[in-house]
Amino acid sequence: MRAALFIPCYVDAFFPEVGIATLELLERLGVEVVYPLNQTCCGQPMGNAGCHDDAAATEALFVRNFTGYDYIVTPSGSCTHHVRENLTAIPQTADTVKVRQRTYELVEFVHDVLQVREFPWAEFPHVVGLHNGCASLRALRTAKMSEIGEPPFSKPLDLLSKVKGIRFVTPERPDECCGFGGTFSVFEEPVSAKMGYDKVNDHRNAGAEYIVSGDMSCIMHQKGCAERLDLPIKFIHIAQILNGARE
Amino acid sequence: MSSRDDVLARVRRNQPAPRPLPAVPTFDTDPGSSLERFKTAVLRMGGKVADPPADGDLDNLIGRLFPDAKVICSATPELVGNRPIGEVREPADLDDVDVGVVRAVYGVAETGSLWLTEAEFRVNTLGFLAQHLVVLLDPSRIVGNLHHAYRERAQFDAGYGVFMTGPSATADIEGVLIHGAQGIRTLTVVPVAAGSK
Amino acid sequence: MKRIDHAEGSSKFIKAKDHLDFHDKRLWDLRKKRDRESEHLPEWEELRTLASAIKEHTLTHLADYLEEFERNATRNGAHVHWAKDAAEHNQIVFEIMSARNARTLVKAKSMLTDECEMRPFLANRGIEVMETDLGERIQQLDDEPPSHIVVPAVHKLKTDVARVFSENIGTDPKNSDVHYLAESQRQHTRPYFLKADAGMTGANFAVAETGTVVVCTNEGNADLSVHLPKLYIASIGIEKVIPRIEHLGVFIRMLSRSALGSPITQLTSHFRVPREGTEMHIVLVDNGRSERLGMSDFWYSLKCIRCGACMNTCPVYRRSGGLSYGATYSGPIGVIIDPTFNLRKYSSLPFASTLNGSCTAVCPVRINIHEQIYKWRQIIAERHQLPFVKQQAMKVAGKVLSNPKLYRAAVEGAGAGIEHLPRFTIYSRFNAWGKQREVPSAPQFTFRQWYVKNRGKK
Repeated sequence: MRAALFIPCYVDAFFPEVGIATLELLERLGVEVVYPLNQTCCGQPMGNAGCHDDAAATEALFVRNFTGYDYIVTPSGSCTHHVRENLTAIPQTADTVKVRQRTYELVEFVHDVLQVREFPWAEFPHVVGLHNGCASLRALRTAKMSEIGEPPFSKPLDLLSKVKGIRFVTPERPDECCGFGGTFSVFEEPVSAKMGYDKVNDHRNAGAEYIVSGDMSCIMHQKGCAERLDLPIKFIHIAQILNGARE
Repeated sequence: MSSRDDVLARVRRNQPAPRPLPAVPTFDTDPGSSLERFKTAVLRMGGKVADPPADGDLDNLIGRLFPDAKVICSATPELVGNRPIGEVREPADLDDVDVGVVRAVYGVAETGSLWLTEAEFRVNTLGFLAQHLVVLLDPSRIVGNLHHAYRERAQFDAGYGVFMTGPSATADIEGVLIHGAQGIRTLTVVPVAAGSK
Repeated sequence: MKRIDHAEGSSKFIKAKDHLDFHDKRLWDLRKKRDRESEHLPEWEELRTLASAIKEHTLTHLADYLEEFERNATRNGAHVHWAKDAAEHNQIVFEIMSARNARTLVKAKSMLTDECEMRPFLANRGIEVMETDLGERIQQLDDEPPSHIVVPAVHKLKTDVARVFSENIGTDPKNSDVHYLAESQRQHTRPYFLKADAGMTGANFAVAETGTVVVCTNEGNADLSVHLPKLYIASIGIEKVIPRIEHLGVFIRMLSRSALGSPITQLTSHFRVPREGTEMHIVLVDNGRSERLGMSDFWYSLKCIRCGACMNTCPVYRRSGGLSYGATYSGPIGVIIDPTFNLRKYSSLPFASTLNGSCTAVCPVRINIHEQIYKWRQIIAERHQLPFVKQQAMKVAGKVLSNPKLYRAAVEGAGAGIEHLPRFTIYSRFNAWGKQREVPSAPQFTFRQWYVKNRGKK
């Protein structure tokens, strides 16, 4: 099976280790991974700001880069959501429609397409708080959301729970938004920072040593908050744990 | 063009394509004892429940429940009280009533609600100016939930009707629950069949 | 008209730590109570679908239902008036009252009357209006608008209420016991009920089948407002109509559960016929609703039953307070309807959101709130109502991110992390990211650089 790898701009720039872990993980699981070299971004920053026109060229580039693959995988719930639901600044050609339909978030891909549950090489002997980014949670439905009384389910936990040594703690507000929200983090900085502080304190108070998420954008924001607060809490992406990172 | 015509014309022009009206089921669950469910619900909403007197003397019951009450006004002939409701001329005249007594038409087990109309109040302010309200409820007249309650279609021909659920309340200040906001301070349900003595 | 700056309003709110903590916890508690109720009813999601469908049906047949309501209300003996806009609503209310020499009005909570700014209009014409809902009364006395559509003074602590009451109704400024304060307002308000010339309510629902006005309260102030004075005025937005009595089963089951996590409000009142010797007037108000009905992306907002669940769940609202939105309707529902009142003034509101979608998930009538927020952003950008800084940042971002070479130049290379942040995050003059957060440090290489070095070109 062949898949194209999309690495979000902020992962490329700030958290290449997450991209590396994603690539290595997919290869361990038997996927032939292709990384189109001219990729940049999915267009979400402009799209979420309402700047449809400004997003168009980036979205078109995305489609050009990822046309012709059966699967496009990315370690980002919010980017996946943007591609599948909001890549609308460009004409909806057959290629565009296909690219949109074939884009998967990493957990979703491993869980639903590859249907893998065991990662024998993985070990993470730490106390962990799981953070599901809101796009992953409510748009991509990666787990039960607290607003809806449905039977509990969680794709991330399905993947992580068998990792050797891992222990989970639950914060008081498990799926309250952490406050990143893209440009919100800058243009509504007071509320954004308060939300981030509340989120990391909540995990810390529950006893988490690590916060793990499938969304590095959330992590980037929470990490910035935790560091400013001098909070002894560490951050890691799901791909890294599943790929065998020990810390 | 009158405002009425203007508004209606604009609404007509802008109405989106028609959507169908769904049928509303009654969502019946296995009810168990309606009276027990009702009691649990009304207690949860801050109401009280008093056992009917063994001797059937409701006036005496009121006297025991409200020993300090001076003015007792009953809208039901099952109780006498000391302020004849038939002599009330203005709604405001009930301002000094300590205890009002009415009989509900029926109760709703889901919520602990009591349905009362102008016929049961005789003077509507009895249910709101009285400091305390006692409501007689026939235990055989409890419907399961609000879907059933709202299918008692004839009841909604009343000029005024209200589902009363516990006493008046507010939590507007720091979320602290207060009973006796603008209306009654306490509501006591006495489950007793109509016409029993 | 001055643009509302939500971020600035929120900044002030956040600085008052005790108020912020209480506000956030109190409303989160209401959200949790809602969850308990919704989990208790296995049919909850089905009820949401029904409520949504009934509203959509009604709105797509609204003219017919409005006429049916008018017919039945008139047959009941009520007078039905129509107001195109807020100004006409206020004028109609004034004329109804002054024609009968009515100088005092007791009213129950009505967001519509706040929207129409009725109180100052009437006050300027010599009519004394008393808000009888405790929360609304506190706000009236403090000359502040309500901050939440269900709990209007939720942003205040009891010490604030003690101050407001001591300054206005003669309570002891040192006594902030909540029972004392509530009892004081009860005692102070009661004589006004007894003597008022007129009483007013809004409507949670207006039933076309019977001409019934349905008002849900906990305090009993709506009933006192209607049963005592000889004149009753009901102000009703045209979107409040529902077809039949039986539909109330769905809405009444959902309203208080969504709002407060209680199965029903203490009073659910159905006003249909004026009692003998009195008059009942109904004012049906448009004020932009008919226009919103024609907006294909936004007409779902008319389904709103004003439960406030979206406000309770919104992490932004809980940390910024309703007053920071500068509008009658705040929180998520406010964000999607206020731009229809004034696009420029409220252009920052759709950005007071992280698009997390919690509001949509709790809305009892399935309004797609966060999707409408997203669409409003596009309209605001198209109509050049974005702040200049953001406009420019997005233009630059759009150019850099669509050009692989430019993009790589921006992210590759050594240097402080701040230079390599996607440009939009540093474009604000004040370097907002770094105010309360550390900036991510630049790693030695980008992913692409690692890939090219370690995996070669494929």
